[in-house]
Amino acid sequence: MAKRIDVSGLTAYYGSHKAIEDISMTVEPRSVTAFIGPSGCGKSTFLRTLNRMHEVTPGGRVEGKVMLDDENLYGSGVDPVSVRRTVGMVFQRPNPFPTMSIFENVAAGLKLNGSYKKSELADIVERSLKGANLWNEVKDRLNKPGAGLSGGQQQRLCIARAIAVEPDVLLMDEPCSALDPISTLAIEDLIGDLKERFTIVIVTHNMQQAARVSDRTAFFNLAGVGQPGKLIEIDETERIFSNPSVQATEDYISGRFG
Amino acid sequence: MSNATITKNEAGASSLRQARLPRWTLPALVVVSAAAGAGIGTAAGLGNTLQWGLIAAVLFILGSYGLAAAVEGGRQAKDRLATSLVWVCFVLAVVPLVSLIWETVERGKTVLDGYFLNHSMEGVQTILPGGGAYHAIIGTLEQVGIATLIAAPIGLLTAIYLVEYGRGRLAKAVTFFVDVMTGIPSIVAGLFILSFWIIILGFSYSGFAGAMALAILMMPVVVRSTEEMLKLVPNELREASLALGVPKWRTILKVVLPTAVGGITTGVMLAVARIAGESAPIVLLVFGAAGINNNPFDGAQSSLPYYIYEQWQLGNEASFNRAWAAALVLIAFVMILNLVARGIARWKAPKTGR
Repeated sequence: MAKRIDVSGLTAYYGSHKAIEDISMTVEPRSVTAFIGPSGCGKSTFLRTLNRMHEVTPGGRVEGKVMLDDENLYGSGVDPVSVRRTVGMVFQRPNPFPTMSIFENVAAGLKLNGSYKKSELADIVERSLKGANLWNEVKDRLNKPGAGLSGGQQQRLCIARAIAVEPDVLLMDEPCSALDPISTLAIEDLIGDLKERFTIVIVTHNMQQAARVSDRTAFFNLAGVGQPGKLIEIDETERIFSNPSVQATEDYISGRFG
Repeated sequence: MSNATITKNEAGASSLRQARLPRWTLPALVVVSAAAGAGIGTAAGLGNTLQWGLIAAVLFILGSYGLAAAVEGGRQAKDRLATSLVWVCFVLAVVPLVSLIWETVERGKTVLDGYFLNHSMEGVQTILPGGGAYHAIIGTLEQVGIATLIAAPIGLLTAIYLVEYGRGRLAKAVTFFVDVMTGIPSIVAGLFILSFWIIILGFSYSGFAGAMALAILMMPVVVRSTEEMLKLVPNELREASLALGVPKWRTILKVVLPTAVGGITTGVMLAVARIAGESAPIVLLVFGAAGINNNPFDGAQSSLPYYIYEQWQLGNEASFNRAWAAALVLIAFVMILNLVARGIARWKAPKTGR
């Protein structure tokens, strides 16, 4: 469980366009790391390189190393499918499978991978839904379609689906940006619980959210439109928000630009 | 403040209020222009009711524009004009369809009964009543069934390739040839199979030869419709599945296809409906037969479109009746297929209910 991520010299492209350049950082296990920065600075792209989802986009390719404990995700012979089983992901917009019930949605990862025992399935679904703080709301209608839930519930359903396959790392790409403040609070509380078991990386546009949920914060920026995004600094969240070492970070956080 | 506003409205000075035609105006106008159309038609000695209808339609469009322009003003008049144009076009589109079905049912029902459905033309004197279309129904079912078995899987897999895997030149070439294939006339598909299967390879006429030609016609339709349906599946669902560590092929099989299955089924059914009415390849490849041949792989068969053509050719009262009855059977067959497709589409549609 909960592995350390060590990124060094990572550059990602979309076709010939360089989206992020030369990023190196360490993400500590059992902690929450937040990525902040203006739109288009490559936060999401960088996040997607951490479970090899970047290459799903046509033309997407990556240079550099991402070490998960002592294994390079981009080493030769590494199967992206098994990487994604180890590093789970929650997306910006809730995306439950529309053809499946709530139960099937949570069980989807296990069922589609074929790696489960029937007797355990119900337990795993219950545990995952409890883990995502959704169990009490849906336990009486597990057979109803997942798409019938509210937006916040759907997002927690997606989190339950992601943690059901027992990943080591959980990546969240602006998980609350489509949700109201109450659902956002529910998810932030959940992130606090989940970091006991997982390494969590969260991209957010909401700086208060970064300050509330994360232990460490990374600030990304880009020099101009069409320029690759870069990591400006990464530090303890408190330090980033009180006394950052780079001027650009302070400007961004205090709202002087972006 | 609010008092002042109300007074202003009552005085009719508000810019938000305008004169409106009462609701009964349009129905009344329909009746009036229909009557006027009939009147003018009779007066001018036009024997054709279709001409009356067209006169009435033109009167209705002009009338609604004129009335609205006089009472409601220019912008509303244009709105009314567009609305009546849309309605008239709708009626124009529906009239041939309804009259076709009406005519077919009216004429087809004279000989359509259980006897017609389970007897062939074997030993029936063509100028006498009697006989049936059983052999043609069997032929259509078998040929269309085999064509679907060939074309649906190939078309489906081609569409999956184009949407999920195809990049670059090969995909573009496949798309291009699928488009070209969509435009192939059925007689050309028939000639191709005739020269290849019957003349070069030396097989004889059979339902299977016809089914192959039908499959050629069906394939591009299946590819096109399936492709559109797969493109409608949100990319987020594919990413969600991939991010769970599900391999791509399983993602396609278990997430993409189930999400699109309703639309895909509809597409396949419509393609089936399209080929069920083809007669040219049947004439060339299946040859036509009066008796029952249950084996599609050996010997001549009949089929419903061919049967209609054949009976019409005979040119006497009894065979005309049989042709209409067979046409009715064919329409019913296509309609049932469409209903089944709609049922499946609704049953399999992604569920959003709570």
